[in-house]
Amino acid sequence: MGQDAFEITINVLKMLVIFLGIVQAVPLLVWLERRGSAFIQNRLGPNRVGPLGLLQLLADAVKFLTKENFVPEKGEWFFYYGAPVMALIPASLAFASIPLSIPIAIEPFEMFGRTFGPYTFIMQGYDLGIGIVFVLGISSLGAYALLMAGWGSGSKYSLLGALRASAQVISYELALSLSLVGILMVYGTFYFTDIVQAQAGPLTFNFLGKSVVIPWLPNWGIFFQPLGALIFFSATFAETNRLPFDLPEAEGELVAGYHTEYGGFKFNLFFIGEYGHMLVASALMATFFFGGYHFPGLTPEGVSAFWSGVVSGANANNILTSLTFLLVLLAKIAFFLWVFIWVRWTLPRFRYDHLMDLGWKTMLPWALFNTVLTAVVMFISHQ
Amino acid sequence: MSALLAILTFALIVTAIGAGLVWLSSIAGPKVRKTSAKVMPYECGLPGQEAKDTKISIKFYLTAILFIIFDIEIIFMYPWAVTYFDFMKEGLGGYILGAMGVFILLFVVGLIWEVKSKALDWN
Repeated sequence: MGQDAFEITINVLKMLVIFLGIVQAVPLLVWLERRGSAFIQNRLGPNRVGPLGLLQLLADAVKFLTKENFVPEKGEWFFYYGAPVMALIPASLAFASIPLSIPIAIEPFEMFGRTFGPYTFIMQGYDLGIGIVFVLGISSLGAYALLMAGWGSGSKYSLLGALRASAQVISYELALSLSLVGILMVYGTFYFTDIVQAQAGPLTFNFLGKSVVIPWLPNWGIFFQPLGALIFFSATFAETNRLPFDLPEAEGELVAGYHTEYGGFKFNLFFIGEYGHMLVASALMATFFFGGYHFPGLTPEGVSAFWSGVVSGANANNILTSLTFLLVLLAKIAFFLWVFIWVRWTLPRFRYDHLMDLGWKTMLPWALFNTVLTAVVMFISHQ
Repeated sequence: MSALLAILTFALIVTAIGAGLVWLSSIAGPKVRKTSAKVMPYECGLPGQEAKDTKISIKFYLTAILFIIFDIEIIFMYPWAVTYFDFMKEGLGGYILGAMGVFILLFVVGLIWEVKSKALDWN
């Protein structure tokens, strides 16, 4: 965590900022989803409260807080109240382990008559060598929140919705984790920072013993793993229970799925969990397949040289350089979040047996094929 | 150790804020007047018919068992995938590819057998 009080304080504050950032992104995404869906369907959407309807979110939050709280008669209070809190944990923990930008190096400085210093602050909650395994493992815990909500509500619609949701989540987890094997083979590491670093610069690869460089393309994972990226992104739709895979909440069949009995702020926490999973999926998409915080033409040295013309002082320069790369990653995440919303309002829902068939009989074999293909191509091109 | 401490701190922050929000909404909201209609499980307006431990399809159970088997098999591929390139640099590429080929063959045979035995059909 750190050597002295200053470093520990900054690290804890950083975690708070990451978590509150996830929470704060949700109302904005809900607004984007409502406005976006309205424009897709040739409507206007929320536009009364505040400019462009932006204050609608604030009104919603106040409304959520002033709702009655009670446990349904056949419910169990611990699971009923615990499930919304549990829904927050997996997405937040997974998101905090993804590197958001280059680390900030702080040189020694004077404050309160003491010298602090030198520090290196990583732009993520914690730096794990087994990052990918951690993210996959912790995201799987999301199924517990669904089952707790379904069982704790004491309603058969909730229970059926929770069972459907967890069966779907675990089925698509197979295709999800298998589609990442190709990426692991290409980069040979579980460590996020190494994967992002390997994607800097122009497209470079070995082919039949010759080193090929294509200067007009970035060195991104999508060019090595196009099929893996497609399977990964489709599976994350199922993992986040979004349309076209939102069978757990198929309102014509199951009312509202596992959160039928929920209202007020507890319902909102499920929303934060769901959008948090979308954030994690978008960040992983950017990190594995679209260069993380790298962008063609932007190098840390170049950005640093640009900022040194604007501000003086090495610390301010390092902070601004890191924030520039943070903006690049946030732009990529925002793009994938928009794809999530776009797809939701474009495609119709699957039938449940089609959904399970797609997961087990189509995506799992294709992910396996991707693994074998990557292994064989790498073997041949290395000869 | 440092990373573990950081994860625990973060988990604590998330749990505390989440539980705090649930608690805040329970004191900010109006006093609950429980009526029998309000606390009844929601069933589209009809009085509750079934107990909550209603009958459910055995398929969910079967899917969970199959998931565990396949998930463990996929987890075995992870260390192989990470060390694959190192083995090739040592000149052991053919060996490591053949070894995993046998494992993947077993995986495929298992999947085909599962599809053939209709364990994955939801009709």
